Amino acid sequence: MTTDRGGDVRLSGISKTYGSFTAVHPLDLTVPQGSFFALLGASGCGKTTTLRMIAGLEEPTAGTVSLGGRDVTALPPYKRPVNTVFQSYALFPHLDVFENVAFGLRRRGIKSVKKQVGEMLDLVQLGEQARRKPHQLSGGQQQRVAVARALINHPEVLLLDEPLGALDLKLRRQMQLELKRIQTEVGITFVHVTHDQEEAMTMADTVAVMNAGRVEQLGAPADLYENPRTTFVANFLGTSNLIEAKVETASGDDLVVEAAGQRLTLPAARCAAPAAAGGAVLLGVRPEKISLTPADDADRVPAGRNRVTGRITAGSFLGVSTQYVVDCPACPEFEVYVQNIDRDPRLVPGAEVVLHWDPAHSFGLDAAQDIDAGVETAGADEEVAAR
Amino acid sequence: MTAVAGAPPEAPAPAPRKRPPGRRGRLVPYWLLLPGILWLLVFFVMPMVYQASTSVQTGSLEEGFEVTWHFRTYWDAVADYWPQFLRSVLYAGSATVLCLLLGYPLAYLIAFRAGRWRNVLLVLVIAPFFTSFLIRTLAWKTILADSGPVVGALGALHVLDVTSWLGMTAGDRVLATPLAVVCGLTYNFLPFMILPLYTSLERIDGRLHEAAGDLYATPSETFRKVTFPLSMPGVVSGTLLTFIPASGDYVNADLLGSTDTRMIGNVVQTQFLRILDYPTAAALSFLLMAAILVMVTFYIRRSGTEDLV
Repeated sequence: MTTDRGGDVRLSGISKTYGSFTAVHPLDLTVPQGSFFALLGASGCGKTTTLRMIAGLEEPTAGTVSLGGRDVTALPPYKRPVNTVFQSYALFPHLDVFENVAFGLRRRGIKSVKKQVGEMLDLVQLGEQARRKPHQLSGGQQQRVAVARALINHPEVLLLDEPLGALDLKLRRQMQLELKRIQTEVGITFVHVTHDQEEAMTMADTVAVMNAGRVEQLGAPADLYENPRTTFVANFLGTSNLIEAKVETASGDDLVVEAAGQRLTLPAARCAAPAAAGGAVLLGVRPEKISLTPADDADRVPAGRNRVTGRITAGSFLGVSTQYVVDCPACPEFEVYVQNIDRDPRLVPGAEVVLHWDPAHSFGLDAAQDIDAGVETAGADEEVAAR
Repeated sequence: MTAVAGAPPEAPAPAPRKRPPGRRGRLVPYWLLLPGILWLLVFFVMPMVYQASTSVQTGSLEEGFEVTWHFRTYWDAVADYWPQFLRSVLYAGSATVLCLLLGYPLAYLIAFRAGRWRNVLLVLVIAPFFTSFLIRTLAWKTILADSGPVVGALGALHVLDVTSWLGMTAGDRVLATPLAVVCGLTYNFLPFMILPLYTSLERIDGRLHEAAGDLYATPSETFRKVTFPLSMPGVVSGTLLTFIPASGDYVNADLLGSTDTRMIGNVVQTQFLRILDYPTAAALSFLLMAAILVMVTFYIRRSGTEDLV
């Protein structure tokens, strides 16, 4: 069963409802074999439910789950070639590390487990702790036992349900890299559920951003970041400045839009919404793409750049960069990250500035959406994580 | 306490919090222990000492008893009453096994499957305590009456043939047989089994069941390898809470049994209250206590519960 390296995880029209609440709307998703796939979203967005449906711990209301071309929808968890690393690890408290790791092998009737368990414990660097009980280990060690316990079965797919949520920031960073290393080493498909967008972007090849039971957008981390297709993705993944604008001309490769009396340009190819002259569109730009120039030097700004004027309301020095909030007529809280190469002493709160960026760094979104979607959810979730 | 800067220096005010605990402070734990210790001294240690001395006395009610260090009483008690000792262990053991078999599924159901009925079911488990032990046991006389429906049904199903062959019942009767006594003990001590079992099962993290299933354990393997081992503290305390009082019980054997089902509790009661042979009664009590202590120690060592978290 597990020797058959079948391949893809395929979810077809899978959905889950609890009474009148729909946790997951009908969803089609294919996770290619060997990839590191992340389901990213705020709590309650349906990502864990989706994961549990793959594991067989939750029965889908409709749709099918197939692993390597085999329909496993009706199989109970213990018959699926899938293993899970649980959020709180769920290690067996009455068994030592060795027996926890050997559990899956023994259940499948494998008698001589010593060598395999030893190798697996070495892989996660826990050889010395084999005879300890889970409660005698640190959080990071418990997490590695949980990974070893799942990986030793060579599942077709390893499911990770917020496995790093309980660790402190430094350890989390370390474990992210370690998990990535293990995944590259063993080549198993990883499906990782997380609410931490940085974690998803660091580890995964492909990220699916989920919101309210639906996949908002799916793609490589850089692609999602640079070309968000909805306001939720734009706001949830990092920070975006979104400007409400009116389309002036929509011919050729560029769209020319107007916002608060200023003319801005964006590549038509990067506009996710159909744009016709006279229609509304949201123009977005990431804070780190923008340069700040004091209003006195406005004539030194090169031609051909999108420019917006405003006044700095706040600036916070973060070491590598300084984050400014600029009040502009087009966008009241325009965020700008400036790298600290040569700090201009004139850039202080109250200063009149020109914000300018390469038009190619702008993206366009459908204006008929909530402009703040994903802003509050991301904030609320960080609070939950911080507690 | 707010200190005002520049205020004239006054005599240092006593800071009760910071002062190292004085003699009175150090004695506080002992004062708190005192009532309990006094209670145990008066109602446990003193009777024990009194009984111990009684057990080595000789004499009669008319002439009075005297401490003669007559340890032979113990030997005679064992020689005369070993069948009742054995019977007590056997009946209490059977009742404990039956309680475990009946109580475990019920505790499991309440802990994992009862949902919103959980509290109702728990109240029902202890509901029998609202009536007296004696009344409940007497009720079993009616339930097991010779012409009652239970005995009739058991007879019709030929269950009584099997139990008679095993020596647990006699002919068409259930009352006044070992089976009746074991049934009474099982019924009366069942809550003492269910409650600790429920407590330890309820503490088990449901995700461990999911993890076991995820790691290829079938539901029955999940039970054998995860649920049951983790419920061992409940099994041990439940069996102890059932076995210990059941082995000293005499009400069930008295009301539901016959002269052939006398347990050690009945002997002690008769010696104390009817024959008035206090030394033998005291010696029997100590023997029962020693036997239980030995068995319990052995049992706890074997079950290895100290290994559990």
